[in-house]
Amino acid sequence: MTKHSNYLATPITRRRFVLGTSSVIAGAALTWPNLAASTDQEIRTPELRGQNFNLDIDYQVVNFTGKNRIATTVNGSLPAPILRWKQGEKVTLKVTNHLASDSSIHWHGMILPTNMDGVPGLSFAGIKPGATFEYQFDVQQSGTYWYHSHSGFQEQTGIYGAIVITPAQPDPIQCDRDYVVILSDWTDEDPSDVYAKLKKQSHYYNRHERTAADTWAEIKDKGVTQTWRERKMWNQMRMSDRDISDVNGTTYTFLMNGQTPEQGWTGLFNKGEKVRLRFINAAAMTLFDVRIPNVKMTVVAADGQNIEPVTIDDFRIGVAETYDVIVEPEADKAHTIIAQAIDRTGFAYGVLTSDMNMKAELPELDPSPILTMADMGMNHDGMTDMDEMSMMDISEHMEHQMDHSMHMAMASEMGSGKAGFGSDEAIKHKQTEFGPQVDMRAEMPMYKLNDPGIGLRDHATRYGRKVLTYGDLRNLYQTPDLREPEREIQLHLTGNMARYMWSIDGVKYADAEPIILKYGERVRFTLVNDTMMNHPMHLHGMWSDLETGDGERIPRKHTIIVQPGSKVSYLVTADARGRWAYHCHLMFHMLSMFREVRVI
Amino acid sequence: MFRLVTLFITLCCANAAYAAGMIDDPVLTMIKIDQLEVGDDDNSAWDAQAWLGKDLSKLWFKTEGELNNSDVEKAEVQLLYSRAIAPYWDAQIGWRHDIKPEPNRNWLALGVQGLAPYFFETDVALFVGEDGNINLRGQLEYELMLSQKWVLSPEVEVNIFSKNDAGVGIGSGLSEISAGLRLRYEIKREFAPYIGVEWGKRFGQTADFAQQEGESDSSVSWLAGLRFWF
Repeated sequence: MTKHSNYLATPITRRRFVLGTSSVIAGAALTWPNLAASTDQEIRTPELRGQNFNLDIDYQVVNFTGKNRIATTVNGSLPAPILRWKQGEKVTLKVTNHLASDSSIHWHGMILPTNMDGVPGLSFAGIKPGATFEYQFDVQQSGTYWYHSHSGFQEQTGIYGAIVITPAQPDPIQCDRDYVVILSDWTDEDPSDVYAKLKKQSHYYNRHERTAADTWAEIKDKGVTQTWRERKMWNQMRMSDRDISDVNGTTYTFLMNGQTPEQGWTGLFNKGEKVRLRFINAAAMTLFDVRIPNVKMTVVAADGQNIEPVTIDDFRIGVAETYDVIVEPEADKAHTIIAQAIDRTGFAYGVLTSDMNMKAELPELDPSPILTMADMGMNHDGMTDMDEMSMMDISEHMEHQMDHSMHMAMASEMGSGKAGFGSDEAIKHKQTEFGPQVDMRAEMPMYKLNDPGIGLRDHATRYGRKVLTYGDLRNLYQTPDLREPEREIQLHLTGNMARYMWSIDGVKYADAEPIILKYGERVRFTLVNDTMMNHPMHLHGMWSDLETGDGERIPRKHTIIVQPGSKVSYLVTADARGRWAYHCHLMFHMLSMFREVRVI
Repeated sequence: MFRLVTLFITLCCANAAYAAGMIDDPVLTMIKIDQLEVGDDDNSAWDAQAWLGKDLSKLWFKTEGELNNSDVEKAEVQLLYSRAIAPYWDAQIGWRHDIKPEPNRNWLALGVQGLAPYFFETDVALFVGEDGNINLRGQLEYELMLSQKWVLSPEVEVNIFSKNDAGVGIGSGLSEISAGLRLRYEIKREFAPYIGVEWGKRFGQTADFAQQEGESDSSVSWLAGLRFWF
């Protein structure tokens, strides 16, 4: 194992399966069913490096559940090959579509010309069956990114892979091992059937629904009056506090680097080594909570961009986000990497070990989270109505929130909506938000930058575990664009759970006008989540500079989770002309919770 | 009828929009057999709905009926246009046709269907008959989850008429109340066998008509059935 101290910060383990830059067809693929973690072979996703790439999109038989299914893959591999680029180089990628339907590849998080962005209908017409599209662009940035199809539901069926870009300058992050850990969700069902089922019965996949037994337990615990009071609001709203994930482990098998939990992915290291893990959430619908029990993780990059290192025990990774962490695991031990689905209906699993023969212990899953009124963006009056319940059940995170809202309140008094400090504008529900397509509006959405989110709030008190929050993110470098925002665009993420309809400001993409940005302007986006789901929002082509309370060190992201009933603000410099996609990255929300952003 | 459906599909498709190559609001169909059951008194019954359409507008078909041995005693179909008017409510307008008992009756149907606060599945409709008779019908259903698979579902239906219709044995005023309690086991979401009990009582002139026919004005039957949808 070579120690790298120069800019080549991506050491290659001896067994790593490196493929040339010439055309690589399905032969490089993994064979599916018989790869178990117990074999002495490390399982490797193929890698391609250089400046010229041939990517072939085709069908591939896979078997994750004991049943053969047809996936769509790139070069016969699921996940798709890891692409290794160098900052400053020009890359050319010839993508050939062997499918019977249109396809496309979007380079997620890459700063590039709009016609190379790979969104059918906005960037280009898509890649027709049998056709080849040549992507070519300069690699301006470095870090961990990923790529995926932007057509149909092909991302759900396997077209996603990692991009790792070596920086042109020496990498401030030094390590001895470097692994991509790509998380995803697989279903044996046809994704369009999943979508249809959700439209017919939106709670179809929820097998953690409230039952009479839960109510009985609460009555015994709190008495009839209190239980009634608590149930009242949910019942009046016709919503379920158990509604965490629309699609979940009921149908999904969660994968780590394409390995099922039974197989497990294995990453090897030697004693004393620093290991860089590049986590990418390439799932269609699943937010993951990642942890390596008894191993501290130091987060060094978010969405490919270096941040001030922050050491944590758990982190939540939204769909399409990436986090790079450094770990120094104890040798002669096998360490579990567990990525629990947000609703705890399953997990993706891997092992970090210095010895292939060692087994890691699987920790117990955390309990299924339950939503609270604060997740519905209820105001304080609403809460006093709810009495102690809100306070008791959620006292812990409420403290956080109070702290934070006070912090933000002070910040906005001091900063008065200044860059980095978030918005001080009033929350306004537009007229279009009122109608059968919208089932709730957050009355008092708050910034939840220091709130780790549903299901993680008690980890600090219960287990003494530090969970990463957006408030922890500070750019390693100074904010590149220090200008104050010239204006603010407030958008509300809206939906109707029961009808399974999603929209922005109550208007779905098909009916919406583009959002127009003036080239060069600095603008603030404030997103208000008027739903009870987390929405990871992704703006193509430009950075989303997340306002976490320090104007000098604003972290740059491409995908930002907006927690239920909360708001979040970020600044965008409109430095890329053209038509860009802007959407929730949950596959079955994205079709309508989508906007075109046009920079003119 | 066929032409109407074709026209409807065409209208829906013409309106189809693509979000980056995907249809966000596809035309879907759902067929839902809520009740298909046999009772201990040689009676059997069905209650089913089907729809075709998009998020906010649908073509809706409803049917219910009863058999005694293998003779159809009651059979009704409704064909409705359904339009979402509120987050949990659809307004429905269309045609109801009573096939049995004979003679046939035709009605204009105006209804509201949806989910009331506290999760009550509600269907309230006003039917205006050819002869000027008005039928107000209300249905309420609740689903109590005993576990993730066992569901106890009480329901009640009330019928009120404005006029007597001796031909089909209907009396004015409160005509009939029925209530059911069904316990189902969801083998999967789409497929659940159940057992239950159904109680029915006729009132006023309707009860008198029934007695003239030699029928009782109230009934209780134990039943077993299937609930499925796709």
